[in-house]
Amino acid sequence: MKSSKKVVTIGGGIAGMEASSFLAAMGYDVTLLEKAGELGGHLAKWEKLFPTMRLGKEVLNFLSQGIYENVKVLCNAFIERIDRELDDFRIYLADGKVLEANAILVTTGYDLFDARKKEEYGYGIYDNVITSADLEEFFSSGKEIRTASGKTPASVGFVHCVGSRDQKIGNVYCSKVCCVTAVKQSIELKEKLSDVKIFCFYMDMRMYGMHFEALYKEAQEKWGVQFIRGRVSEACENSDGSILVKVEDTLAGRPMRLTVDMLVLMVGFVPSEGTKKIGNMLNLEFGPNRFFKTRDQHVLTNVSNVKGVFFAGACTAPKEITHAITDARAAASTIASYLEQNSVEKRTI
Amino acid sequence: MRVQGKQNIWKEYQKEIADDKYFYVRSCVRQNFFPGSEVTFLRILREVLGKNIFEHPCHTTCTGIGYHGDIVPFDTLMTIVARQFSLMTESGFENFVPSCITSFGIYTEVLDTWEHFPEAEEKVRNYLKKATGREFKIPGNLAHASDIIYKFRKEIAAKSKFKLINRNTGMPLKVVEHIGCHYAKMFPDKGVGGAEYPYVLTGMVEEWGGEVIDYPERRHCCGFGFRQYLVQANRGYSLACSYKKFESMAPYKPDIIITNCPGCPMFLDRWQYVINEMEGKKYGENGQGIPVFTYEEVAGLVLGYNPWDIGLQMHQISCEPVLDKIGIPYDIESKYKV
Repeated sequence: MKSSKKVVTIGGGIAGMEASSFLAAMGYDVTLLEKAGELGGHLAKWEKLFPTMRLGKEVLNFLSQGIYENVKVLCNAFIERIDRELDDFRIYLADGKVLEANAILVTTGYDLFDARKKEEYGYGIYDNVITSADLEEFFSSGKEIRTASGKTPASVGFVHCVGSRDQKIGNVYCSKVCCVTAVKQSIELKEKLSDVKIFCFYMDMRMYGMHFEALYKEAQEKWGVQFIRGRVSEACENSDGSILVKVEDTLAGRPMRLTVDMLVLMVGFVPSEGTKKIGNMLNLEFGPNRFFKTRDQHVLTNVSNVKGVFFAGACTAPKEITHAITDARAAASTIASYLEQNSVEKRTI
Repeated sequence: MRVQGKQNIWKEYQKEIADDKYFYVRSCVRQNFFPGSEVTFLRILREVLGKNIFEHPCHTTCTGIGYHGDIVPFDTLMTIVARQFSLMTESGFENFVPSCITSFGIYTEVLDTWEHFPEAEEKVRNYLKKATGREFKIPGNLAHASDIIYKFRKEIAAKSKFKLINRNTGMPLKVVEHIGCHYAKMFPDKGVGGAEYPYVLTGMVEEWGGEVIDYPERRHCCGFGFRQYLVQANRGYSLACSYKKFESMAPYKPDIIITNCPGCPMFLDRWQYVINEMEGKKYGENGQGIPVFTYEEVAGLVLGYNPWDIGLQMHQISCEPVLDKIGIPYDIESKYKV
């Protein structure tokens, strides 16, 4: 049944695509705005996904199947202003288009933490310090894994929690996906370079998802990845370009130094620039971690402080793909309840 | 290594440094270790840069060594710092310039404490008033003496007689810089260039013709570390720290080490002798050690000061090979003449 009610989704990543699909399937007139040239967000950059090692493009293809003619997609869309008119909204785009909406879904996602802010690790200075996103780019492009000087790395270190659970940097939250991504990337590296020695420096291994623990076990037992519990204090460059890592092995209770040919920084999530921009435009409340604050942490996780504006995905907190998709579907049903004024909408807590 | 990455960080850590009218407080140990350094600093500021710099005869130690040695309580330390500020206030100055890195760290720590805990400042004002009848104003600007030299490094270069260049090869001298732990590690935004890739000494070296080398143990402590040396049983650890640094820098073949802190040149200089006695090992060229200079001494050298006037004869490691390398004349006969 076709509805005359209009929803505008801001952000064309996983959550934006999936929520738009469901809202369109419910009959709403949905416009999906994306600032980049194509949909997919961060997912488009990841080759394989934990814990199944499925290709990221398979999930993207699945999500794309929901974006049929009922969803109007506007890429390269830059929002200049959003006006409120009673319970409705007018959205002004840089190209002159004006959109009307009875509800807005904000799915502005996350940005990756800028690893240069952890100055002591030398990203952007030491040639062989890279991020997990850089390593994924190696995997996606099919390029050979090589150091800056063209050598096959004999040893690689992974530093967990870069920009996460770090009071000094101002991000005290866990980014949720980095531990298992390090496990996944370690296995992929071992598959490509069977002789490479891999060291993961972690605080806690947060293997909360179904099958994560099994993947962690596989990394240790099948692939011989060494997990060292301790936070890296600093990385320095040796004269040959290899990286000297200083870390405390907290299980052995001893400081240690070891040299690796390549150091991979597992960068966490930070609120996206889009989150900040749209939040300020709509007077949305931010939580203590600078992601959007939801009306309630248990039962109103898709609802904002502004009537008619809803959230889905990683704009409220770090989420892995599975959680972002279920959150998007939940947001779609929450918006439908709002637009239809269902009785469930009237509940309070 | 990408210098651009360091330059981006340097841009983020620039601090305000007053350009004249300084109230100078000395280090309690430098005048014994390398007495020419502070003299050279004052001489450069007054004679070369034409600045107004004043030192009050009644100023004292900041008690930093006692504080970091766990024998001076923080309240006592804050009150002594307040007294130093009262001398500055009485003298009509507001730009406070400590000679010592530890003192710089102490003053920074106390000012930061007062900013976050105004009740602590109020308490200390009462202590000082009751004990001495004095009052004080918070400094308008706090800069370490090396910050001043850094600020005027181009002016010094413009008046230099020598460059940090090997006159035989025409190549820049390879310089290890060591800023001292308390310059920026506690408060990175108070140091020029921050804590991880500090620029205060690097800026001087680059301006005066040298080339700074980065080596894996660059950030490591020189070996002083207060308790590492002051507690006699820990002295092996002090030596081990210096040893670790020398082993790490040796492959880069540094010509000189330039230091920022009163303790660092002492330990990096003297421990080379001890390591040689214990291990038969020397880290410099031609069976020599690596000369260790303070930044004031290096500034004095490029300005053409007599090496013995700036106190280079006080160093364990002979400075002559580096003077020869740069082409600085010296009279060996007068090296130890008073």
